Amino acid sequence: MSNELIKQYITAHLPDAVFDETGEWLNVVVNSDSLKGLMAVLYGEPNYLNYLFCLTCVDYKTHLTMVYHLSASTNRNINIVIKTNLDRNDPFIDTVCDIWRTAEFLEREVFEMFGVTFLHHPDLRNLILEDETAIAVDDKKELVNEQKGYWPLRKDFEDPINMIKL
Amino acid sequence: MYNQTDIIKDTTDLGPDGELVVNMGPQHPATHGVLHLVVTLNGETIKKIEPHLGYIHRSIEKMCESLTYRQFIYVTSRMDYLSSHINNTACALLVEKGMQIEVPERAKVVRTILNELTRIASHELWIGAMAMDLGAFTPFFYAFREREMITDIMEDTCGARLTMNYIVPGGLMYDIHPEFQTKVKAFIKQFKEKVTEYEDLVTGNIIFQSRTKGVGVLTAADAISYGCSGPVARASGVSCDIRKIAPYDAYDRVEFDEVIETAGDSFARYIVRVKEMNQSIRIIEQLIDNIPEGEFVGKTKNVLKLNKGEFYQRVETARGELGVYIVSEGGTTPHRIKFRSPGFSNLSVLDHIAKNSKIGDLMATMGTLDLVIPDIDR
Repeated sequence: MSNELIKQYITAHLPDAVFDETGEWLNVVVNSDSLKGLMAVLYGEPNYLNYLFCLTCVDYKTHLTMVYHLSASTNRNINIVIKTNLDRNDPFIDTVCDIWRTAEFLEREVFEMFGVTFLHHPDLRNLILEDETAIAVDDKKELVNEQKGYWPLRKDFEDPINMIKL
Repeated sequence: MYNQTDIIKDTTDLGPDGELVVNMGPQHPATHGVLHLVVTLNGETIKKIEPHLGYIHRSIEKMCESLTYRQFIYVTSRMDYLSSHINNTACALLVEKGMQIEVPERAKVVRTILNELTRIASHELWIGAMAMDLGAFTPFFYAFREREMITDIMEDTCGARLTMNYIVPGGLMYDIHPEFQTKVKAFIKQFKEKVTEYEDLVTGNIIFQSRTKGVGVLTAADAISYGCSGPVARASGVSCDIRKIAPYDAYDRVEFDEVIETAGDSFARYIVRVKEMNQSIRIIEQLIDNIPEGEFVGKTKNVLKLNKGEFYQRVETARGELGVYIVSEGGTTPHRIKFRSPGFSNLSVLDHIAKNSKIGDLMATMGTLDLVIPDIDR
């Protein structure tokens, strides 16, 4: 399965997907609404990209970007990176937990570090940080109010006690 | 509620009344660090395991955002402290990839030898600690006898025994010790003689076998779904050795086998690690007499600046696949750095494979996952 075939396949499924091949691996930028559908398609035959080895989020100050690194378990040299941009003030996206079980912990980490709400996640609450800051409900508005300003990996996070400016 | 005089045959349906919640950790001897598991029990049967992390969370990812590409390597030694050379290699390779730095052959070969020595040291410690979790005390001392030789070699080479910080972008920090080759050869000789002792003490032990066989079975499909890597996935029959898939340093010129077992239980994970040590010895033997002469570090600028873009580097640590993902805006510090740590994914499978087993078996299951908590918390 080459990059060209994967590109053709994704284009057939999602005509508005944007490709970027400047990096080491094929990057695909998709709309956040259509991400879940694309993931389910890539997981199954004939692509069989069934190994999610990295899930993270990047804060670009104007928006957040979810980054999914996918690979095929039978041929780990096929790697593709799927990205989707989220609104920084109200970030939410569908969970991929039901496709890959590993996403459960990874999404919990992104949730507490970046404040991204994963809709329909089975157990969305803090994993690493203290529990007091965690309010996990499907209603994202309540969540934003409760947790306002406490997302450590966002670029504008300030903590004068624990962070030393170099 | 149940009648006090009845004997309960079916323990699966006692209801909330029969459930007991036990906190295992954060200071439990078998968790080897500050891991906190909230175990829900029904009698002795595990119903649910909920890991609570963060007791040693230092926010390494955030810290790295304000450190330069020469500085951030020192932090990564503190991540998975049992394979710090391999963590350093991952970061160095990524910076080299981002800046197109040529690495001298000598540095590549020395890195590979050190990485394999680290892997053996890590597995040695694991065997000792794992056997001790299951009640055998002697293997710990046997394992540490050989591990001591490796840490001595590390101390000669770079002055440190645990957090090495020896591998830097471009090559190595210093040249190797003049007696490096002699000492490594002495270690190989001793290891080959003594490895049968582990087999006699642990592998052939009936108690050890009956406590680990058929315990914590992980199927190949689940290993893939949970993102497992390293010996945990290979014991379930998933081929995932990054040294074979995307060879780095000198792995493309050495011969070794990827150890794969198919049983998927705790014993299979043990067997994979023992066999992997022998493969590591095989790699070192091929390279130790062929360390090329020449420079040990390539030419680099004083201030390292990565090109704008995104870079991902994977390496095979003793625990599995470590991925370093950097988003660079072209400056001297990364915009975002993410460590895909092997322990994090391997821990997430614990609830799945320990469910419905007895609490005594949890030690065997958790021990063979080989969790290093600073690697999980970061």
